[in-house]
Amino acid sequence: MKFSLEWLTYFLETDASVEEISAKLNAIGLEVEGVEDPAEKLGGFRVAHVLTAKPHPDADKLQVLTVDTGEGDPLQVVCGAPNARAGMKGVLGQAGAIVPANGMKLRKSEIRGVESNGMMCSVRELELGEDHEGIIELPEDAPVGTDFATYHGASPVFDVAITPNRPDCMGVYGIARDLAAAGLGTLKPLRDDTFAGDYPCPVEIRTDDPEGCPAFYGRVIRGVKNGPSPEWMQKRLIAAGQRPISALVDITNYMMLAFGRPAHVYDLAKLSGPVVARRANDGEQVLALNEKTYTLDSSMTVIADDNGVHDIAGIMGGEHSSVQDNTTDVLLEIAYFNPDSIGVTGRKLGLATDARTRFERGVDPAWLDGGLDGLTSLILRICGGEASEPVRAGKAPSDARMVPYDPQLTQKLGGVAVSEAEQRRILAALDFTVSDDWTVTVPLRRHDIEGAADIVEEVVRIHGLDHVESVALTGNVGVASPTATPEQALERKVRRAAAGRGLNEAVTWSFLPVSEAEHFADGQKLWVLDNPISEDMKAMRPSLLPGLISAAKRNIDRGASGLRLFEIGRRYLRAKDGGSDEHPTLGVVLAGEKVQRGWASGKAVMFDAFDAKAEAMALLAEAGAPVDKLMVMGEAGPQFHPGQSATLRLGPKNVLARFGALHPATLEAFDVDGPVVAVEIFLDAIPGKKGKAAFARPHYAPPALQSVMRDFAFLVPQDVAAGDLLRAVRNADKNNIVDARIFDLFEGKGVPEGKKSIAIEVTLQPAEKTYKDEEIKAISDAVIAAAAKQGAELRG
Amino acid sequence: MSEHETMKTDALARIEAAQDLDAVEALRVEFLGKQGSISGLLKTLGKMSPEERQEKAPAIQALRAAVADALADKKTALEAAELEARLATETVDLTLPAPETPRGTVHPVSQVMDELAEIFADLGFAVATGPEVEDDWYNFTALNMPESHPARAMHDTFYFPDTAPKGGRMLLRTHTSPVQVRTMMAQGAPLRIIAPGRVYRSDSDATHTPMFHQVEGLVIDKDIHLGHLKWTLETFLKAFFETDDIVLRLRPSYFPFTEPSVEVDVGFAIDDKGKRILGGSGDAPGHGWMELLGSGMVNRRVIEMSGLDPDQWQGFAFGVGVDRLAMLKYGMDDLRAFFDGDVRWLQHYGFSAYDQPTLSAGVGAGA
Repeated sequence: MKFSLEWLTYFLETDASVEEISAKLNAIGLEVEGVEDPAEKLGGFRVAHVLTAKPHPDADKLQVLTVDTGEGDPLQVVCGAPNARAGMKGVLGQAGAIVPANGMKLRKSEIRGVESNGMMCSVRELELGEDHEGIIELPEDAPVGTDFATYHGASPVFDVAITPNRPDCMGVYGIARDLAAAGLGTLKPLRDDTFAGDYPCPVEIRTDDPEGCPAFYGRVIRGVKNGPSPEWMQKRLIAAGQRPISALVDITNYMMLAFGRPAHVYDLAKLSGPVVARRANDGEQVLALNEKTYTLDSSMTVIADDNGVHDIAGIMGGEHSSVQDNTTDVLLEIAYFNPDSIGVTGRKLGLATDARTRFERGVDPAWLDGGLDGLTSLILRICGGEASEPVRAGKAPSDARMVPYDPQLTQKLGGVAVSEAEQRRILAALDFTVSDDWTVTVPLRRHDIEGAADIVEEVVRIHGLDHVESVALTGNVGVASPTATPEQALERKVRRAAAGRGLNEAVTWSFLPVSEAEHFADGQKLWVLDNPISEDMKAMRPSLLPGLISAAKRNIDRGASGLRLFEIGRRYLRAKDGGSDEHPTLGVVLAGEKVQRGWASGKAVMFDAFDAKAEAMALLAEAGAPVDKLMVMGEAGPQFHPGQSATLRLGPKNVLARFGALHPATLEAFDVDGPVVAVEIFLDAIPGKKGKAAFARPHYAPPALQSVMRDFAFLVPQDVAAGDLLRAVRNADKNNIVDARIFDLFEGKGVPEGKKSIAIEVTLQPAEKTYKDEEIKAISDAVIAAAAKQGAELRG
Repeated sequence: MSEHETMKTDALARIEAAQDLDAVEALRVEFLGKQGSISGLLKTLGKMSPEERQEKAPAIQALRAAVADALADKKTALEAAELEARLATETVDLTLPAPETPRGTVHPVSQVMDELAEIFADLGFAVATGPEVEDDWYNFTALNMPESHPARAMHDTFYFPDTAPKGGRMLLRTHTSPVQVRTMMAQGAPLRIIAPGRVYRSDSDATHTPMFHQVEGLVIDKDIHLGHLKWTLETFLKAFFETDDIVLRLRPSYFPFTEPSVEVDVGFAIDDKGKRILGGSGDAPGHGWMELLGSGMVNRRVIEMSGLDPDQWQGFAFGVGVDRLAMLKYGMDDLRAFFDGDVRWLQHYGFSAYDQPTLSAGVGAGA
């Protein structure tokens, strides 16, 4: 909310500087977002006297003026304004001044061959209003040479953010009251505006909706003269960012900005019959002041007469009965609307107005008569007319909240001791009443004060939060205990392991385009946003891979040749009860070149499914998964190449990871060039360590005897999985075989059709004695027999 | 000159003249082989009388030793020369690049979250988590924002069409504060937690992204007040930015879930390049205040709705943007780049896997 210093000091007697006021506003919770001093914008503009005006020799519409600036010789100025004439007083911008409206820097120039030393300005050029018909005309007595900002009374403008709990500060007077309480000045007494009225109100005013509109006060004023509002009011409104419209409209805006009190003025000539606050009928329509038609329903409160709706209560008036320049008789409305229903109506209609903001947060229920009289007073003073007696329909809430309070609480909750006397002073200055036993009666306008903690906040904020001293938390002597849960420790370890393996951690959006999410949904129902920010951010990801594939694509499009991206985050699935089921997951995408071409080989090496497997195995090992017990099985999912992908399972059901090359259809769906291989590790599927964390490892001493290597070459049917053969060989004699590695794989010449040759190097570890020939023979036989069960025959 | 002397001179000259190891071997055979000339002389010793032998043996033995030594020396010299020649052919250009190994990185958000966990662990705070797909009871109602509360509308909430299991609406959490409620309900009091994680607002410009990261702090105990909040934030920020020169300014503010509510500003200076450097009072010349985080004493309604007795327990809560902290500490200036996955950015702003934050080394990773 914006207001000028001039307006503030109309209510607040203070010597404080703009800086002091700003600092205090911040200190009491009225955050200053900016201070603008129009005097700065008006630098270089001064009151000037036009001495002569002659037609420009070379242009019909221009005149050449000589202008007295109060010092030195008169200046020659070329001017195009029709109202420029000898003898008038106006505002001259001299060379060097910057025109506020367009930022143009004035300079000495020649206009059609005639020297011009400045510019006579219009209202619009100085951002003082809309008028651009001609240059500003100042009164006869305007002192020539005076700085125009000073003459005009330009006043610094504060822009203050009012938190939603403080509707009482959505008016300048409320802000002045807070500042006064904080010791920055004295609140000036308001005018004593009480009007009994000259005649009975000729219009019946009722509220038929006591829930939505508990109170509706009003009165008629006859014989008003609408027109421009006075300059003092226009200045204040303009400073507040409100465009002056007409006196009657400006007066209601003034009431709202000065006192946080929205009001409405109807053109009485457009009304017929009683004016009633009631619920709208379903489907009832109104053309509002913003020239839009709104369709209402029966949850909404309106002000209506016999002919229909004239006002969406507390939100926006209707066009039909709005005041015009020729309006002579008016009906004033000061009402109290239910804040909740205003909020609901506003949200339903999607209509945000200054009035709604105030009613929704809660206006002062105790200031209906005051508001009505204040409004009346302004209209009578500015527009004339005769006021009727007021009509008071209904009753605003009047039960003041009583809060039992303990002055010790400022210390106990706020961490600062404030003397009882000071606490009483602060509360009184904010219009709270404090009894001897510290029962605090809350002013009705303070809807936000509910309990003792709120009173603490009032006292402490006015006393000053800078008095709060730091106090150390107690406990925790000695070395800090570990706090990470096993899941957190796992994520951290796997993250650094992945980075240590050369992968770059990315953080991608949790939401995806629906099509991309569907591609990875595997039949699960997605979480799809009702109000996404864009179609690209609509469905919660069921997998980490789509986001990473898209990131890889963006990088490739930027010219990257090879990518190693990973992310640790959640997949968003659904629990059986319809709630959220979020799974911590690690995704890896490897795309393009694994090794760039280089001097050694000259050729690039592309990523393949085995690179994905390597990451999967290594990261699972770091995660503590029993990798030597994992089974390589199928069904990685339709997003993967059916022949180049697999799952890693612990037992047939528990899938710990999936990996492999992506399906060409996936590449096409993401518009990315291959090869792209991927891994997804389901971190919460990895079995945790059982029992208490143990640090001691199983006993181990390196064997004293040297191990023995034996090579075996087998012919196996092509469809036998190498991993199965290897496992069979390794398990052929668990006491002696400590390792088995495939070191050759060959098909083709010399190998029968339908077969492949697999060569395995077996490491034997003798325990206490070196092997005798017959012992090695026995182990070899066991290896061959185990391999034979897989369909393998020893190559001759 | 004796016969032996002549032989020695001749042999040594020929050994010296040998060009390669083969020639040396041939000379060894010629002189010292079974049929060798010196071997022949040695054999004659056996046939001599003891007196004769005593007279002649030393000269013959000396001859053998001299020749044998000369042969060994020559062999060593030739071998060394040969190795040198071979090595000369094996020279490689070591200005050529070594095989490349990819350099992995940890994302700044993860790094900063690890730093926060480290600092707060030392202050006795555990790390808590909660769902990101939330319901409006945890996200709003339990935090003292009932259905009609104006603050709800200010949250730019992403909603799902789905109804929550116990009624209400499903949404994306707009802050990490629901974790306060969940943790109080699950663990009771006393309590010290931080809750880092993703949060969502339907807002997008240079400084706002629809997804960002927050860390929530919550302390619930018997005698906790604003002074403890101030100390905790000061201590945390000093540890995080590794400077004692952190000055905080508390300003009254409003959050439905805290009472009193406090906005916390931190003082900064502007350096030559126009960059903000945290430190000093914002009121000092050339300084300013930067809004850093929101906090306050937990509203007793929140404590009550979380199943605790607000007459017995009280405490403070705060929430701060993790991405913001990362930007302030490590100098990134565009929030949107955090979520793009541009590998050039990740390489530049990312952290080594071995930059694991520790208190003993300082939690920050040097540039």
